[in-house]
Amino acid sequence: MTTTGTRPALGVDESFATPSATPHLRQQVLVLYLGTSALDSTVIGWTRYDGTGRSHPTTGDSDTPPYETGLAALLDGWRLLQMSQLHPHTTGEEYETSYLPYEFLFERLVDVTA
Amino acid sequence: MTTLVDRKNLMTSVEMAHFVSHGSFALEAVVPAAVNERAVEVLDAGIPRHPYGTPLDTAFPPGSFVRELISLPAVAGAIQSLVGPDPAIDHHAVHVRPPRGGEAQNMHGDAILDTRTTAFDVQLMYYPRDVTLDQGGTLSVPGTHLRRINQTGIGRYQNLAGQTRLTCPAGTVVFLHHGIWHGGRRNDSDVPRYMFKIRFNPTVRQLRLWNTDDIDSPGVREELRASFGWTDANEGRLELVNRAKLWRTLTGDAEFDIDYYLTRETLSPQFIAPGATDVRLGSHAPSDGWGVA
Repeated sequence: MTTTGTRPALGVDESFATPSATPHLRQQVLVLYLGTSALDSTVIGWTRYDGTGRSHPTTGDSDTPPYETGLAALLDGWRLLQMSQLHPHTTGEEYETSYLPYEFLFERLVDVTA
Repeated sequence: MTTLVDRKNLMTSVEMAHFVSHGSFALEAVVPAAVNERAVEVLDAGIPRHPYGTPLDTAFPPGSFVRELISLPAVAGAIQSLVGPDPAIDHHAVHVRPPRGGEAQNMHGDAILDTRTTAFDVQLMYYPRDVTLDQGGTLSVPGTHLRRINQTGIGRYQNLAGQTRLTCPAGTVVFLHHGIWHGGRRNDSDVPRYMFKIRFNPTVRQLRLWNTDDIDSPGVREELRASFGWTDANEGRLELVNRAKLWRTLTGDAEFDIDYYLTRETLSPQFIAPGATDVRLGSHAPSDGWGVA
C-alpha cells in the first residue's frame, strides 16, 4: 500500500456543494414487485418516488399498476438499475413468507425546465 | 364479558375461514344509530388508558360506552369466536384524522414482528360515521397477515394488487388479524374521520371457538383458497400452506390440507420393499480415491 501524502483540495461538504453538471435533470424512481423473478412477469406491487417534487406518490394512491409487467416499463423507456437476488430457502423455514421477493428498481431522468 | 355468547351469534366456519385467508372480518353497520350518535362525543372526550393486558372487565366495566359497544350480540360473538371468552385488552386508541389533514402512513404491520404460530391477537376497528373514499379510510392488503415482517420494513410498498381502501357505512366494525399490512390514508374531505381501535389478546387456546356447525361446508375451502391479485403468481401456494397450518391450529385437525402440499412433504417412506435388490450393492466398498482406476 502506498500513500501520496497529498491533502485533498476540498473538504467533503465543500466538494459535495459543487454545482451539478446536469442541474436541469431530476430522477424519477419506479419500484416494481413482480410475480416471479422474470422481468416479463406480472406486476403485483408498485411504488414511485418523484425527484422533480411535482408530485407526491404515497401509500394507497392507486389500484391499477402503471405497467402490466416489468418488461413493459423497459419498453416505455425506464432504465433498470437493479433486480433482487435469488436467495436459497433456509432449511426448516421453506414455507415461511416475509417481504416480497422479486423487486425491480427502475429510473428515468426528467428535464425539470421542460 | 364473563358470560358466553349465544351460539347463534358466533361466527360460522365459513366466516372463520374468511378471516384465515383475508386476515379480516367485517360487520357492516352493525352498531345502532343511537350508539353511533353518542360515540363521537365519547371519543372526543377520550377513553382512559390501561396497562397492557388489562382484563376486559377492568378496562371496560359494565355501564361504560365501550362495554356497550363490544356487548352488541354480533360484536361479542365475533370477539369470542376469534380470541375466546374473557380476552385481555392489549391497548386501545382513538384515531381522528382531521379534515384535509394528515399524511398517509407508510405501509406497516402493528407492534413488532410476531413469532407466534398457535395464537394471534385481533384488532377491533369501529367507525361511528360513514367512511367515504376521500376520507382516507384505512388501506389494507388482504392475505398479508401471515407474512413475517417487522413494522415499517414494508414502508416501501405503496400499492399492492388486491389492496382495499376501506369505505363503509356508519356503525361498521372490522376485525383484523394483528399481522395484516395496512396504513392510514390522508383525509382529503371536509369532515374528520373517526376510528376507535381495541387490540385483544387471547387468554384461552384459540381452538374451535366459533359455531362449527358448518365445518364441512364447501364454502370453507372456497374461502381458504381466496386469492388477491398479489398472490396470483409465485407467492400464492405458500400462502395456501400457511393458511392450512393456521386452520389446523384453529380446528385441531392435524391432517387438514389444501392441495396436498403439507401432506406430500411427509411422504418419505422408510420401509424397504420386499423386492429391493442385493444389500451389498455399493454399500461395503471404500471410496476408490482420486485418480484410481
